[in-house]
Amino acid sequence: MSDVYIVGIDMIKFGRYPDRTVPSLAAEAALLALDDAGLGIKDMQALFCGNLGQASGMVGQRMLTEIGQTGIPVTNVANACATGATAFRDAWMAIKAGVYDTVLAVGVEQMGKGLLGGGAGVSTEGIIGSGTMPAMFAHIGMEHTRKYGTTFAQFAQVAVKNHFHSTMNPKSMYRVETPIETVMNSEMIAYPNTKLMCSVNVDGSAAAVLMSAKKMRELGLSDRAVRIRASEMSSNPFEERQLAMPDFSGATRVAARNAYEQAGIGPEDIHLIELHDCFATAELVHYENLGICAAGDAGALIDSGATQLGGRIPVNVSGGLLSKGHPLGATGIANLYEVATHLRGNAGQRQVNGARLGLTHVVGGGPGMGTACAIHILEKV
Amino acid sequence: MTTEKFSALEPLVHYLKLEGERPYLCGSRCQSCGHTFVGERQVCANCTSRDRMISVQLAETGRLYDFTVVYRSFPGVKTPFVDAIVDLDDGSHLKGTLLNVDPDPNADLYDLPVTVVYREAHPVNADGKQYFSYFFVPAAEA
Repeated sequence: MSDVYIVGIDMIKFGRYPDRTVPSLAAEAALLALDDAGLGIKDMQALFCGNLGQASGMVGQRMLTEIGQTGIPVTNVANACATGATAFRDAWMAIKAGVYDTVLAVGVEQMGKGLLGGGAGVSTEGIIGSGTMPAMFAHIGMEHTRKYGTTFAQFAQVAVKNHFHSTMNPKSMYRVETPIETVMNSEMIAYPNTKLMCSVNVDGSAAAVLMSAKKMRELGLSDRAVRIRASEMSSNPFEERQLAMPDFSGATRVAARNAYEQAGIGPEDIHLIELHDCFATAELVHYENLGICAAGDAGALIDSGATQLGGRIPVNVSGGLLSKGHPLGATGIANLYEVATHLRGNAGQRQVNGARLGLTHVVGGGPGMGTACAIHILEKV
Repeated sequence: MTTEKFSALEPLVHYLKLEGERPYLCGSRCQSCGHTFVGERQVCANCTSRDRMISVQLAETGRLYDFTVVYRSFPGVKTPFVDAIVDLDDGSHLKGTLLNVDPDPNADLYDLPVTVVYREAHPVNADGKQYFSYFFVPAAEA
């Protein structure tokens, strides 16, 4: 089976667009990605469209009414916070299977403000603990503290780093540096996650044009192509406590192991990572799950500065979900955009110098739901 | 609370049951791998065995594995409170609110012995109905 390439990829600036519609946000990113590829909607043979908030609302077809109804097959995708990456992987699989040569993948979300989580029916909130996302990810941090003594300040440092990175990203929702005192003294949501250690609910969209190797060469697009070295997904394997507390680690470890194997490389070969920092506590746990440090060493790794721009393995130089924002269905493709931009050498002030291999990671899920994880490894051509 | 007429109240979650006036937590245990689950199930999510699950009443003592103090919750929910993950003595794992402790995130609550108690509960969207639920308390106080 031949390789699959990204030949066009882009995202809109994440922000709040209450006057827009979900299909119009999707259309804007789709047109940006098509422009980046130098192609048009008539060149696309299929569309995979990821969105969570209107999962039953045929967002892909509605988007095509705004940019061209060419009659191509549309698959609407929903998979929690892995929605965009799932749409991207579906496009990759369709080309890998030899069904199409050129496929468009879009991720889009329009969100309100405030706490996510909870479920339908009578509320158990406060009575049976909390069903909020910040509380779920607080547990993940506190478990790390129990096992390894990781401190509030080490978790807070993740937010300091990612908010600093976002000052160099014009497409980030926030671009404000936050010293550690500011992070630690902002409103405590669920210990140890303060407000500045929680990702931002925003509106956003991102899109990618994927292409077979044969078609890419035929059209002479190698100057803008980025090779997809690995595309992997997983769900949560059984872990004994996961019905009581969320677990995003098991699924991440499965997908990471398979992705490194598919690419024929190890974590030491990766030059930058965009990982799912929905909360500051999550980023440290995923350092270990993705194998960039040993179990228990994540606190020391953030302290060392290795994951900051200029360090050994920069993580979330886009600003991450914490600062760039987390429009659920768009996040997966936005992470791919960030890594692809570095591999093309176009990341400007925040460029990771010499980047040839990069990894993207997203996980989605909720209380009592389970986990979807997607990992991609991209390579400079 | 021992005089509570639990039968006049609704159980807040499906795995809370009543035997006469005595509430209990309903679980299931796999006779193949031995794992104990909260709630009823037919197939084991761990070892995938079918028709090997038996219904059990879950243990009412255990140790706190993990916790957080929740300061911001949904509208109408009183904060702060301690959200605890408890390893029950039968090997099952249960999330709940820990009562009767200072909600201090720096308190050393890991491995605290706890007991399950049953109380009337007041969900923010109760809509006129009355409920009961389970809670955790430090074992010494039960």
